[in-house]
Amino acid sequence: MKSRELLLAVIIVALVGLIATRFPAFARPANLANVLNDTSILIMLALGQMAVILTKCIDLSVAANLALNGMVVAMLNATFPGLPIPLLMLVALCLGAALGAVNGLMVWKLDIPPIVATLGTLTIYRGAIFVLSGGAWVNAHEMSPAFKALPRASLAGLPVLTWIAIVAILAVWVLLTRTPLGRAFYAAGGNPHAAIYTGIDVGRTRCAAYILSGALAGICGYLWVSRYAVAYVDVAGGFELDVIAACVIGGVSIAGGIGSVGGAILGALFLGVIKNALPVIDISPFWQLAISGTAIIAAVAFNARAERTKGRVILKSAETA
Amino acid sequence: MTDARIVPDRLDTRASRLLRSWEALLLALAVAIFIANAFASPYFLDPWNLSDATFNFTEKAMIAFPMALLIISGEIDLSVASIIALASTAMGHALSLGAGTPELVLIGLGTGLICGAFNGLLVTRLGLPSIVATIGTMSLFRGVAYIVLGDKAYTGYPEAFATFGQGYVAWVVSVEFVLFWILAAAFAVLLHVTSFGRTVYAIGNNPTAALFSGIRVVRVKFLLFLMTGLFSGLAAVCLTSRLGSTRPSIALGWELEIITMVVLGGVSILGGSGSIFGVVIAAFVLGMVTFGFGLMNVPGIVMSIFIGVLLIAVIALPRLIARLRPHRHA
Repeated sequence: MKSRELLLAVIIVALVGLIATRFPAFARPANLANVLNDTSILIMLALGQMAVILTKCIDLSVAANLALNGMVVAMLNATFPGLPIPLLMLVALCLGAALGAVNGLMVWKLDIPPIVATLGTLTIYRGAIFVLSGGAWVNAHEMSPAFKALPRASLAGLPVLTWIAIVAILAVWVLLTRTPLGRAFYAAGGNPHAAIYTGIDVGRTRCAAYILSGALAGICGYLWVSRYAVAYVDVAGGFELDVIAACVIGGVSIAGGIGSVGGAILGALFLGVIKNALPVIDISPFWQLAISGTAIIAAVAFNARAERTKGRVILKSAETA
Repeated sequence: MTDARIVPDRLDTRASRLLRSWEALLLALAVAIFIANAFASPYFLDPWNLSDATFNFTEKAMIAFPMALLIISGEIDLSVASIIALASTAMGHALSLGAGTPELVLIGLGTGLICGAFNGLLVTRLGLPSIVATIGTMSLFRGVAYIVLGDKAYTGYPEAFATFGQGYVAWVVSVEFVLFWILAAAFAVLLHVTSFGRTVYAIGNNPTAALFSGIRVVRVKFLLFLMTGLFSGLAAVCLTSRLGSTRPSIALGWELEIITMVVLGGVSILGGSGSIFGVVIAAFVLGMVTFGFGLMNVPGIVMSIFIGVLLIAVIALPRLIARLRPHRHA
């Protein structure tokens, strides 16, 4: 698992190096910080999605959840410009967590297959944005300056958006590697039956993963809308696939139980580097979709091959023994 | 030997009994929606309007039938809408090189077949989980369409080509609607009458047991992916013919609507059970809901809330009822 992350890191560095041979400006720290900042939202969503996938589930509703929260805070800000921004972020965090809990409860209490439950909430949450806003946009001039300024504000050389992502990374890392709940995520997906026998409530663990994914989506909703200074129904349309792609490229197994914070970050960064590099090397942005598709297939094929050779080794040693 | 025969038999009747009641419920829902629509709008019962309404589901249902088989076998294909985009782009490209109608149709179907074979190879040869593999090809296929077309579009399809999506067999009965019924009948026979259909259920219920009982699991799954690709190609022919143009964003998001149709039709997303009859009714339910809401000027996105709730409700309800049942016994 470690070697896989190393390989991905080497590929990303090689990619940046290759681009830098022709466009040295791309590898400058300032630009790399830009790429990191641009990828921050994807990284945060990928961390939440990873927790869900670890438990053998999937969350297709993250982007819709993000967009709904973005619309809610943008409308709150437009109507009550006096509300402090931290309060709005808290609203987004709680509402996002609640929407995640809806997914989690359906999977836990009603035993609905995760893909169906979140497919349903994906369309419901998107529709709710339309009902809420009446299809209208919340534009930059309707938002208060403080609302738009926060993610851009610089703190010790990095934008606040990047800092929020760093805090989220640390928090999820501590949660996954240093707490019983984090271990339960792995156990619930790695072997649900064994997890039950060791006293882990698999349903509750899954619900917790959905709440984490939802809470991160909520925060990202505010960040997305304030960063691009516009909120409308189709914000982040189809972004859930980028998030899942980041996880898969980062080595998170869709079968559950396998994945790491480092892998998810690198998977997101890989997509982020490609997205930012295409305009620099003068390739039409229309190539991006095909490239990320190819990367997903290559990454899954690599995962599958790694898992299969492991099986063969065990068989061989059993035969020789 | 007798034990081995009792187990699948019992599973079978229980499943089919459940399905029968499921389809009855769905049929009642379809009738209720039809009547509600007829009361809600004076324009609903017009034969031409009803004929137009069928276009809301015919193309999607063409893919939903093979998708039902694929999901019953325990796999899924999320790339179908992207196959439509790529097949349509291939047809548009051939058109710009001077291809006639027969060539266009062949190229549309052929592209679908190749895409299906590619998905099938990824899943059966490389052993990739189909949900991730087809998320990948979903980006790849549409990505290629974007590379070829960018923000441009292919237009100017020949008049003969328009027959598939705009033609009528007789009076208000469209070519697509006839195609829909032919495919429904063909897939019903394939799934419910032939031994191939039985193997699909067997694989979905227990792939290991199916393999050990001599079923060529890999080959059947590959064929199902091939079929899903081919009929996505057919849907691409019909949709392109109906719209008369190709853009890379064609049929965007259809994969979710098609899967909704299949699941609403009573096919278990976990594999192993479902029927074509259910998918046919689900197609009508979704088509009429969309059309009825459209007549009442309800925006499309509000309809999608209804469809999302419907999708969750139809799966949650039987589970809630099943949970109440043991209480009654106890």
